[in-house]
Amino acid sequence: MAKIIAGVGTSHTPAIGAAIDLGKTKEPYWAPLFKGYEPAKQWMAETKPDVVIMVYNDHVNAFDFKIIPTFGLGCGDEFKIADEGWGARPVPSVQGYPELASHMIQSLVLDEFDMTIVNEMQVDHGLTTPMSLMFGQPKEWPCRVIPLAVNVIQYPAATGHRCFMLGKAIRRAVETWNEDLKVVIFGTGGMSHQIQGPRAGLVNREFDTNFLDGLSKDPDRLAKIPPLEYLREAGAEAIELVMWLIMRGALGEKAREVYRFYHIPASSTAVGTIILESES
Amino acid sequence: MKQKPEAYEDIPGTWVFDAQRARIGYRLNEFLYSLMKAENRKEFLADERSYLMKFAMTEEQREAVMKRNWNKLLELGAVSYALAKLSFTDGKTYQFMASQMTNMTEKEYVEMMVAGGRSPNGWRTKQERGES
Repeated sequence: MAKIIAGVGTSHTPAIGAAIDLGKTKEPYWAPLFKGYEPAKQWMAETKPDVVIMVYNDHVNAFDFKIIPTFGLGCGDEFKIADEGWGARPVPSVQGYPELASHMIQSLVLDEFDMTIVNEMQVDHGLTTPMSLMFGQPKEWPCRVIPLAVNVIQYPAATGHRCFMLGKAIRRAVETWNEDLKVVIFGTGGMSHQIQGPRAGLVNREFDTNFLDGLSKDPDRLAKIPPLEYLREAGAEAIELVMWLIMRGALGEKAREVYRFYHIPASSTAVGTIILESES
Repeated sequence: MKQKPEAYEDIPGTWVFDAQRARIGYRLNEFLYSLMKAENRKEFLADERSYLMKFAMTEEQREAVMKRNWNKLLELGAVSYALAKLSFTDGKTYQFMASQMTNMTEKEYVEMMVAGGRSPNGWRTKQERGES
């Protein structure tokens, strides 16, 4: 049986990917951040998942404004890297798992989640930055990746509660796939940040700390945070944190925190990462 | 507008990219996304107005593009990720654009972030800032 064994929450700030690509990880600005990710990377190297489900958002690279899916599941066998306007990141294409993704689609739709089926798309920094942070710079990624693109760009994103419920449905979908697979799910984006207007640069360490604590201690409370609270307390772009709740929902009732790191800033963002192992 | 004011409109210094703003900014964002291609960036920089005329946006939106009036563009429906393409076209960074939105120099903005960022205290409501 396939099983979601763990979840990773991490920011996906594009400047982090650029720092890796340009060899700046040892510079004073970046060194503390990459040092903080070392144990997470080590955990991943030891865990060796067969499949990663990557919950991320596209930044209007794969989807322009013509069509904006609330939840788009990548069902293709390969996802190429998008050129976001400054050249595609020099990282390998992502190999999908169309058989499992198609099974997930059937299971999720019958579970009353109206998924958009995405057979072809390019993936941007929202997906590739977390891959680089957790897997380093290999020639090929060591596992298959099923992308789940969530609209968080045009308000409103799906609510935290809806995302949490989707995570639970994803767990059910994976557990009905008859193949021994270790699956790790990522929730990416955040943490507190605002990158627009006179209030740009806003971060809220207290909000972020409570959010990180809640993932293991009281995820039901986090799932009740209304959209307005993310915007007001943690910045207009902090709404991305709802994607972490898909990850958390997919871990089952109980999850144990095994690693956490928090750092301000990467560009305009408060960066957080957490690893949670499912105990369900 | 027939819609009642949304609660988030009370957040200062912020233009939430909501469904109405996305609607009025549709062509503006289409223009901004065209700048992902090198040949379009070149054509735009050679003659900004002619290039902007290709997109059915309002004259107010065109003026704001040419003046790089970032906050006005947010108000008129540009989404920040799309605006970044304009800043990159100018050979500037995202943080440069953010610093202009906040009326700081890029250096001041970067220093604020390194020092822990902007506190939400004093930035939660327009009311507490004496704005309407």
